[in-house]
Amino acid sequence: MANNIFRTCPDTGLKFHGPAENLMKANAVAAVVFLLVGGMYGLFVGLTRWQAVHLLGAEDFYMVLTLHGINVLIFWMIFFEIAVLYFCSSALLGCRLATPRWAWLGFALMVIGAVMNNVIVLQGSSSVMMTSYVPLEAHPLFYLSLILFAVGALIGCFVFFGTLVIAKAEKTYEGSLPLVTFGAVTAAIIAVFTIVSGAIILLPTFLWSVGLVGEIDVLAYRLIWWAFGHSSQQINVAAHVSVWYAIVAIMFGAKPLSEKVSRTAFLMYILFLQLASVHHLLVDPGVSSNFKMFNTSYAMYLAVMASMVHGLTVPGSMEAAQRARGHTAGLFTWLRKAPWGNPTFSGMFISLVGFGFLGGITGVVMGAEQINILVHNTLYVPGHFHATVVLGSTLAFMAMSYWLVPLLFRRELIWKGLARWQPYLFGLGMSGVALFLMGAGTLGVPRRHWDIGFAGTGGVIHEFPAAAYTMLALNGMSVILAVVGGAAFCLIMVGTILFGKKLGDQPMAEPCIVAPVTEEEYNANGGSAYAIPGTLVLAMVFFVSFALYYFINWKYLAETWGIG
Amino acid sequence: MSSLSPPAKKIWWNEPIHKSELLWISLVFVWGLVMTFMMPYWHVVGKQNLGTETYKTTPKEFQASAQAFVDKYQVRTEGPKNFPVVAPPAGGDVYMIARLWDWWPILELKKGETYRFHLSSLDWQHGFSLQPANINIQVVPNYEHVFTLTPNASGEYSVICNEYCGIGHHLMIGKILVVD
Repeated sequence: MANNIFRTCPDTGLKFHGPAENLMKANAVAAVVFLLVGGMYGLFVGLTRWQAVHLLGAEDFYMVLTLHGINVLIFWMIFFEIAVLYFCSSALLGCRLATPRWAWLGFALMVIGAVMNNVIVLQGSSSVMMTSYVPLEAHPLFYLSLILFAVGALIGCFVFFGTLVIAKAEKTYEGSLPLVTFGAVTAAIIAVFTIVSGAIILLPTFLWSVGLVGEIDVLAYRLIWWAFGHSSQQINVAAHVSVWYAIVAIMFGAKPLSEKVSRTAFLMYILFLQLASVHHLLVDPGVSSNFKMFNTSYAMYLAVMASMVHGLTVPGSMEAAQRARGHTAGLFTWLRKAPWGNPTFSGMFISLVGFGFLGGITGVVMGAEQINILVHNTLYVPGHFHATVVLGSTLAFMAMSYWLVPLLFRRELIWKGLARWQPYLFGLGMSGVALFLMGAGTLGVPRRHWDIGFAGTGGVIHEFPAAAYTMLALNGMSVILAVVGGAAFCLIMVGTILFGKKLGDQPMAEPCIVAPVTEEEYNANGGSAYAIPGTLVLAMVFFVSFALYYFINWKYLAETWGIG
Repeated sequence: MSSLSPPAKKIWWNEPIHKSELLWISLVFVWGLVMTFMMPYWHVVGKQNLGTETYKTTPKEFQASAQAFVDKYQVRTEGPKNFPVVAPPAGGDVYMIARLWDWWPILELKKGETYRFHLSSLDWQHGFSLQPANINIQVVPNYEHVFTLTPNASGEYSVICNEYCGIGHHLMIGKILVVD
């Protein structure tokens, strides 16, 4: 076959399959475009919530909020993840991509769905938010566009699975799958579950919107929609944890502390994450407490445990590799000597800390059956998921892009000075967004709400404390920082692709991958590299913060009205 | 070998676990048990456990029940829309309607008394957000959710909608008055 061309990357030694490479490029570019579009909508949201600025009118605000959510939570994420899946299968295993034509069909469906969705929402009749809760009705094409996008993504997942089968059959690798690919497999399996759930609920909703189905049960919609809506965010978690492992391997030559622990933790995502979608129904009628407790605890918090294990083993494997390479002094020399000026590393590390401390802790706390009463549908919820999805997933994907885009396009990264600062700028802005939204939510500010000053209600108002207004103003300022950081990323990527210095077949001036640490190096000091005191200290700080914050919230809960 | 390449041993599930990992896994597992235990524990000792009693209803049926409740216990009207203020007997049933874009009626409750709330929507989904007590409950049409609330301080409370319900979402605000 003429198009089955392989090239060996002069920088990494990876074997890139031509058609796979083109598909990775296309998906990565589409991802960045939708990030830029969705991020701009986010700017309008933040500047409207800032009560002193209050940029948009109500109608535009609700429309833009719908667009913001769908573009960044779904389109940017999934396009990037398809690129990650192709990278983890075809590139890491040195294998040809299964059925590139089907992959292009999937890509085309995703692009059509995403563009169509933006167009239909911009026409104004589909400002239904990402959740599109029935019986609030959108234009039929709104549901159809999401279905098209989902079918495209599903094709992408099966191309990935097909590629794994080919790699196994053609023996392009020895032994078991690499950990990073293994993580990508769990992401893809969760993606299939997610997309099937989406189909089960969006197809009848589409038929309802064109009048072919009489009624959609509201509670059934909520249950099944969240099997789609929440699980889609679990794809992100599995994907960005894989990216974390990939980056510590790239930057430090690290291998997991033990394959068994890291892989089992990934498997636990598949087994338990889906249960978590029920934590969106904790204050719904018609759902029993036993059902809520079992599911929201992911059957005894086993999926949380998986994330906390990754939270230890990712920096732990980095510490072990750094210690093996001689950074053995004290508790934190291994961390201090990390390449903090390299956006691939700094982005990954900020993602790790932000996801754990800001996103992880708050998610588990507000997912407790009773504590959820305090935060359901307040701004606390968007605050939490800006820490998980944006600070966690998006920043991890940005970090990966700094490494991958120059390799794929054979162009040198442009504006390296800006790139050096970008993860810090974006990370700081987004941490602010997460914290201040959560702060406002704690004060009772509702989410998806145009005006907490209640103009137009004939004088019936609720006086929010002044601190709530301050939180929203600080959130607006943080949004500006984050959008500047996000736009800088998009510009660097587009600029690199279009104007970066061509690399041709020559390796880059600076090596972009560190040779794997060998067993001899790990064992050089009597195997002491595997003792990871620094990471354990960080983990204990995390644990104490978690436990304190958890019990403080029970105390808050005890102070409110009796609820039975 | 790194995380980007196949593991050294094909049979990776027989590899030993490092001590630091084992320590952390044990701690995290116990913590998971503690958090799991906290929820049923709170059902026994805590005073904030949202009831799950739910009935199928229709907007028409629920509106009729709420109207009967208002007719029986209305004490006056208030506000720009002249909404009825209803003072039900302590410990009694209370109805509140969520609709585009009102909470109806206004309630007057006694501090320290427990009321049985009946909550449903006549149209789209809404979010019952009682401020500043910060109690948030999803309200959906066709289901009547019954639970109890016991005010612990007197004052004027607002009911804000925190589930997006169309263009007038931010106009939807109701009142619950708590008297000593």
